[in-house]
Amino acid sequence: MKWEPVIGIEVHVELDTASKMFCGCRVSFGDPPNTNVCPVCLALPGSLPVPNREAIERIIRLGLALNCGINPGSVFHRKNYYYADLPKNYQISQFDIPVCVDGWLDVESDRKAFRVGIERVHMEEDTGKSVHVGEGGRIHTAAETLVDFNRAGTPLVEIVSRPDLTSAADARVYAQQLRAVVAETGVSDARMERGSLRFDANVSIRPEGSETLGVKVEVKNMNSFRSLEKAISAEIERQTARRLAGERVVMETRHWDETGGITRGMRTKEGSSDYRYFTEPDLAPMIFDDSWVEAARSTLPELPGPRRERYQRMGLSPASARVLASSDPDLRRLFQDAVAAGAAPVQAAHWITGEITASLRRREASPKDVPLRGRHLAQLTQMVGEERISAGAAREVLEGVITGEGSPSQVARARNLEQISDRVALEGAVEEVLDAHPQAVERYRSGEKKVRGFLVGQVMKVTSGRADPRAVNQILTARLEG
Amino acid sequence: MPIDVDVAHVAGLARLALSPRQLDRYRQELSAILEHASRVQKVDTAGVTPLSHPLMLSNVFRPDEVRPSLDREEVLEMAPESRDGFFLTSPALE
Amino acid sequence: MPSPLLSVVAAGAALRAGETTSVELLASVLSRAEMTESELHCYLNLDREGAMEAARRADEQMARGEERGPLHGIPVAVKDNMCTRGLETTCSSQILAGYHPPYDATAVTRLRQAGAVIVGKTNLDEFAMGSSTENSAYGPTRNPWDTERVPGGSSGGSAAAVATGSAMAALGSDTGGSIRQPAALCGVVGMKPTYGLVSRYGLVAFASSLDQIGPLTRTVADGALVLQAVAGHDPADATSYAGPVPDFSAGLQRGVDGLRVGVVKELDGDGYQAEVSSATDDMLGRLASSGAEVEEVSLPLFDVALSAYYLIAPAECSANLARFDGMRYGLSIKKATAAATMAATRVEGFGPEVIRRILLGTYALSAGYFDAFYGQAQKVRSLLQEEFRNAYQQVDVLVSPTSPTTAFRLGERTQDPLSMYRSDICTIPSNLSGHPAISVPIGLDSKGLPIGFQVMAPALGERVMLTVAAEVERIAGFCALPPPALAPPTEVPL
Repeated sequence: MKWEPVIGIEVHVELDTASKMFCGCRVSFGDPPNTNVCPVCLALPGSLPVPNREAIERIIRLGLALNCGINPGSVFHRKNYYYADLPKNYQISQFDIPVCVDGWLDVESDRKAFRVGIERVHMEEDTGKSVHVGEGGRIHTAAETLVDFNRAGTPLVEIVSRPDLTSAADARVYAQQLRAVVAETGVSDARMERGSLRFDANVSIRPEGSETLGVKVEVKNMNSFRSLEKAISAEIERQTARRLAGERVVMETRHWDETGGITRGMRTKEGSSDYRYFTEPDLAPMIFDDSWVEAARSTLPELPGPRRERYQRMGLSPASARVLASSDPDLRRLFQDAVAAGAAPVQAAHWITGEITASLRRREASPKDVPLRGRHLAQLTQMVGEERISAGAAREVLEGVITGEGSPSQVARARNLEQISDRVALEGAVEEVLDAHPQAVERYRSGEKKVRGFLVGQVMKVTSGRADPRAVNQILTARLEG
Repeated sequence: MPIDVDVAHVAGLARLALSPRQLDRYRQELSAILEHASRVQKVDTAGVTPLSHPLMLSNVFRPDEVRPSLDREEVLEMAPESRDGFFLTSPALE
Repeated sequence: MPSPLLSVVAAGAALRAGETTSVELLASVLSRAEMTESELHCYLNLDREGAMEAARRADEQMARGEERGPLHGIPVAVKDNMCTRGLETTCSSQILAGYHPPYDATAVTRLRQAGAVIVGKTNLDEFAMGSSTENSAYGPTRNPWDTERVPGGSSGGSAAAVATGSAMAALGSDTGGSIRQPAALCGVVGMKPTYGLVSRYGLVAFASSLDQIGPLTRTVADGALVLQAVAGHDPADATSYAGPVPDFSAGLQRGVDGLRVGVVKELDGDGYQAEVSSATDDMLGRLASSGAEVEEVSLPLFDVALSAYYLIAPAECSANLARFDGMRYGLSIKKATAAATMAATRVEGFGPEVIRRILLGTYALSAGYFDAFYGQAQKVRSLLQEEFRNAYQQVDVLVSPTSPTTAFRLGERTQDPLSMYRSDICTIPSNLSGHPAISVPIGLDSKGLPIGFQVMAPALGERVMLTVAAEVERIAGFCALPPPALAPPTEVPL
């Protein structure tokens, strides 16, 4: 029997609002420990939460970007569990009425396009950070935990997908494209290295062709696309091996062990997953009327999916459209500016996704850092089109523009890269070459036609390669045959 | 009808390290209280929306503005133990 | 020295007339405390120095003509479940022994802004869970009318302090009757305002959807003044009422002529002390004579209100008290793991009643029992509010005894939690509905113990409630009586 995996992904996104979800402490990464804390986020006795309106605006925007419906009424719940870095020992989260429900994300990879259902997008708060200090140098030094509550109370959005994914690779592409939407909507800095996005995966396997879902295992602790993919692969392998050996898969939560490359079961006490959700009595319900939702919709930027389609309508190939649609916003702006300045979209995209991206990467620069503008790119493509510069010279011109030497025509002139198509100048050059090589002329005239190639080369040489090769051919033929 | 409560399980959820004697005492007391409290089950509540807020409030928010945080020294002075600006506790891993 | 039993109104008048000073008023209540504290134990922490400094400041401001209002220079006590910056706040629990909050509760801030002098922190049932102030980790408070008896609870320290004159007014908190019931048992006025009218920020939460701060005072007029000082919107409390706050003192003289007064049928009968019932009946007759239209109103769900309350309040408390875990502040019993530290700290730091309610609430919320217990109780709450709404279409206020009995003996109900819980049978419905209610003393029983009369009103109906309460007070003529159990103050109060 063959087994096929069924995968759902939960993505936690930290919002980069100015202040925390329920208090006025700064949301900041890398500050000294316990400097952004107050009675509310430390859960001092008597403190009360007040929700950050901006965070709510952002989750609505993100939900709309993921094609979700916005619940007309939504409430916060308390999710009860004890953990040293959860100050209240309950997390303010959402249970049965999240802000956003029933959306989807259209995902497109090199190999295929597919749709992933979004079950819900809900609002909650982050925990503090624990640093587990291992056994010390001395034998009697016990292990201990250091806790920093700066992160506690940071607005956290959880995006729960439907179990629509069927491979670790697809899960990775989904996560990457979801990240692009998160970045695009501007709700989060979406910086992976800061843990702004964190992943959990629900993995089960079932006999190929079966309609029923297998026993689900939740795998936690992935904070990069690579570890997400590896963790899911490892878990699929583990489950498949068990089933092939005739063993059962147990419903549980497992941790991804990056160094070991395996998922590990957690020893959980019985009943520890009884979160005893109940309506948060410290917070009023939220009511989102149409005007609120429509106002949020009007702030939505163009998203990668629709943008891809628009680029294709402009004539770009699907591959080129996909690359450009998910590229740096400044590169896309360059594209739009170049097209507006008269560049052919296909040419502009070709330069941007190819030479310009490569050049910037070599320089470790972002588009904002260099003086290349849309009108420059338009001019460059025009010069190539009009054969004022050769393709090779065009790359050199681009470098000149990027290093601040001026517009393409200025660079081409200053660097002597413009093709010479002036008939008088070219005729002079041809005369010069014919005078210098009388034997070659003789051989040609006696029927050795291939010598013409040598003569063309000599003309290119005396013009430093700037001569228009077609014009040179024409003049040369006329002189030799005449 | 007396209600039998698995007090050990409930105490685990509530992070209370109760002794066997305490467990036994609370089991009896809870049973009696819950028997009384279960009178709510006699009320016909079909179609009733539960009330969790006495006032009809909605959409209470604060603007996204940073307010001063507490002084760290004051914060850690309250802590049972601290080190290098962190709260120090026994290991979280069991 | 002025009498410590002056009303806030009278003391304020004397201050403004230059007949006394805030320092003198404070000295008067402090000397009363010296005399009574060893016997009564109203206070967990008398802040003599801080209070004296505040009194001096109040006098200086007054001298400069900077008058801050009716509470300016008045010595006020605060229940020890409200945070006071730098002043130990324990909620009568071992788990918060030595805890000094880094901030003031909003109600405390407003008292200070109004120029009030905070005398100290009063005793309570641990985390406000109880009806006798016996569940205090620091020992019980005793009733000034009979020191063998309880003052009621959980705001027993505040009630006894006001009754005996070791404070001129006090703040309490009321989750199921914790202001009104001790007020009744101590012969003072105690008011629970509409939920949301007074900010809960800095009030250590017991049951968030039920808790409300309110005044304990010697007169209804004093209650109106203290409420005025602390009421009003607070952006730090998302459940705080954002509308305008009326003048609570206007209309105290209006009388009850033409007002419709509904007597709650369900709050009488079995379990009610005969003298309480007859005093209540007597008051109803006299209200009718004053022009009120008195009629009986039935609210059948009052019979299950107690049951619903003992599911909802413990459920919320089980989460609210989860933060006391020995990790960041307060008591910490260090064990090998964080989980074990939490479990040991909590068992060591919480008293039996608190543990009982945490267990009860955890159970009511747990998987498999939620719908039958907590979920059902919240639905009953919804129906109860509807029943109240219907009743208030017929009448302006509802009335009843505040407590089925007068003060009981220490230890009398400690062994039977249910009998203790029944002390709040008359007060709980208003917490579940979020409506305001007030207790006014109307006389003494044959043992010389005060009897309280409760006036309930619809949401934000404080003014009509206070109008009726003021008339009840006038009819009863009770407020001038000093508690006889201890040596009476040297001067007759105004």
